[in-house]
Amino acid sequence: MSGHTSSYVPTSRWGKWWDERLPVARLMHGSFVDFPTPRNLNYLWTFGGILSFCLVAQIVTGVILAMHYQPSAAEAFNSIESIRRDVNYGWMIRNFHSVGASMFFLAVYIHMFRGFYYGSYKAPREVLWILGVVILLVMMATAFMGYTLPWGQMSFWGVTVITNLFSALDTIYNGLGTAIVEWLWGGYSVSGVTLNRFYSLHYLLPFVLTGVVVLHIWALHTAGQNNPTGLDIREPSDSVPMHPYATSKDAVGLFAFLILFAWFVFFVPDYLGHPDNYVVANPLVTPPHIVPEWYFLPFYAILRAFTSSFLGIPLGQYAKLCGVVAMFSAVLITAFSPWLDTSRVRSAKYRPIFKWFFWFFAFTCVALGYLGSKPAEGVYVTWAQIFTVCYFLYFLVVMPIVGLLETPKKLPRSITEAVLGRNGAALPSGATAAPQAR
Amino acid sequence: MMKRFAQALGASLAAMLISGSALAAEAGHPEIARQPWAFSGFTGQFDKAQLQRGFQVYKEVCSNCHGLDRLSFRNLVQPGGPEFPEPAVKQLAAEWPHQITDGPNVEGKMFERPPLLSDPIRGPYHNDNEARAAQNGALPPDLSLIAKARGVERNPSWWIHPFLMLGDILKSYQEGGADYVYALLTDFSDPPAGFQLVEGKYYNKAFPGHQIAMPPPLADGAVTYQDGTPPTLDNYSRDVVAFLSWAADPSLDQRKRIGWQVILYLIVTTGLLYLGKKRIWSTLKH
Repeated sequence: MSGHTSSYVPTSRWGKWWDERLPVARLMHGSFVDFPTPRNLNYLWTFGGILSFCLVAQIVTGVILAMHYQPSAAEAFNSIESIRRDVNYGWMIRNFHSVGASMFFLAVYIHMFRGFYYGSYKAPREVLWILGVVILLVMMATAFMGYTLPWGQMSFWGVTVITNLFSALDTIYNGLGTAIVEWLWGGYSVSGVTLNRFYSLHYLLPFVLTGVVVLHIWALHTAGQNNPTGLDIREPSDSVPMHPYATSKDAVGLFAFLILFAWFVFFVPDYLGHPDNYVVANPLVTPPHIVPEWYFLPFYAILRAFTSSFLGIPLGQYAKLCGVVAMFSAVLITAFSPWLDTSRVRSAKYRPIFKWFFWFFAFTCVALGYLGSKPAEGVYVTWAQIFTVCYFLYFLVVMPIVGLLETPKKLPRSITEAVLGRNGAALPSGATAAPQAR
Repeated sequence: MMKRFAQALGASLAAMLISGSALAAEAGHPEIARQPWAFSGFTGQFDKAQLQRGFQVYKEVCSNCHGLDRLSFRNLVQPGGPEFPEPAVKQLAAEWPHQITDGPNVEGKMFERPPLLSDPIRGPYHNDNEARAAQNGALPPDLSLIAKARGVERNPSWWIHPFLMLGDILKSYQEGGADYVYALLTDFSDPPAGFQLVEGKYYNKAFPGHQIAMPPPLADGAVTYQDGTPPTLDNYSRDVVAFLSWAADPSLDQRKRIGWQVILYLIVTTGLLYLGKKRIWSTLKH
């Protein structure tokens, strides 16, 4: 699964027998045991492992929940309550799954911002990065459909609002949007039919996700991992075998992350949810504020920033369409980062100007998240419009232009030099005793 | 020129910030005070005696209009709840004024019977239409989830918001619903001068819109407690809200107990893994 050749040597006859027929052990050994990882990875690089855990945990808890869940408009809400109340430890599995979705997104956003900061999207990791964006899109679809399943008020009205977005296509070709929306719903409004198909897809997509994750890891192990210096692995002393070095660090990162995870599962399981989702879905009563889950808020803010006018530009009947296009573009544009960023230096560590823009971009995303949680009125809309512009400027202007104008700091010659300093060739005393100290 | 532009920009930004916080205050719901609950925070557990008193208030007052459909009588016996003795709950079920519709019997007819331990705690109405017909068009909601289905919205300034959120997560504040219901039960009053109250509605400060169809349900002395707790509106409200919080989250005690075991395990394991990692990396500068 990589350009690296596995150093696997079967030690038993049984192992040898398999190695000549289906060398899974060889593949695993080459990918996760002796795979060369940069020696200077920090804890931000443990999020790949954390995300793998999140995916598996969501699938395992999801499969168990599916054993007790009834995907029908009449019984969905009741069955969630029966899971919470009557199934043995059902409350724990349910909290694990709903909090798990949030933790999955938290980890994925940290993982992405790490990529933005250290330039992990640049050649030769373009495909790796794009696969990451595909993963994000599939995750978003899965999470969105998963949120409909409890069939509470926010579930119902969330689906209604978001699926209705497609009706914006009516302004391009009359009837097109409405036709798509009715096709998605399986009727003339959101109903049990919609719930049923979303449940089916919610069960399907995680396995699609797993497939894309395998490709993502394959691409990672072909191009090799980026690292805080952004330099390639050039000499043997730049890297260490994945096991036990990276794996021991991944374990610490994962367990530290699990403390946060468990805190939410056991002490504040409903903090990230909305009280209205403890009210059964009612098509006749609209909640005062319809808000999506926190991880969609920045995109929701971009969607709603397009009111009848945008920063003074009248949009008229195209307002909704513009919002929808902008919202989807906000995700898709990240896929073009490898070509939008013109700097040949990967890591923002050596990019004095870009670094500031990166932090402002991070602030922009948080600000959009805050604005997404507020009603779309008055000054909130103006700010959402300003930050929407900032969001896109980062990709369309900052990435191309800063790369051309900026003078990067002097790069170290190698990862080893970055770690050990100029006289890196001289090993510290005692280091030679250890086999891996190179 | 540039300076003037910067000044204008600064002034307009300041104006927007100020109007932003003003807007937040305006749109805000009535301020709901946080109450001290036995079950709040990451160590809180239900107080059994309080749940028992709360159930008494529910039984004698609330159950005249509101059901508790997601709870069965058997839940009143289980650990982590009011933990009434089983024979007492059997008796309670047998005497419950609201019958269970069962059937069809051998003659093909539906019939009414007293509830068993396994039956839900029903209110007086068989369905929403019957409830509305009896209640002048208003629907008394089922109370099984009311403590989770309500919340308290806060609208602090944007810059203080993240810190308040962090504080709530660290204190594990989950009692917004309880605080709201407590405020609802205690904040009935005469409408302020000039407030147009719709006929048949009551003024309530905590309720959105301030007009509620429910008459003030509790008053000092309305329920006689057996354990000497003063029979006040405040005590009734606290007790019944504690009971409803348990009804909405019957696994709370167990959840927090297991939670501490899990968190302690994770902290110790993270520490050990960190030491292991340090040892592994000790011979290598990185």
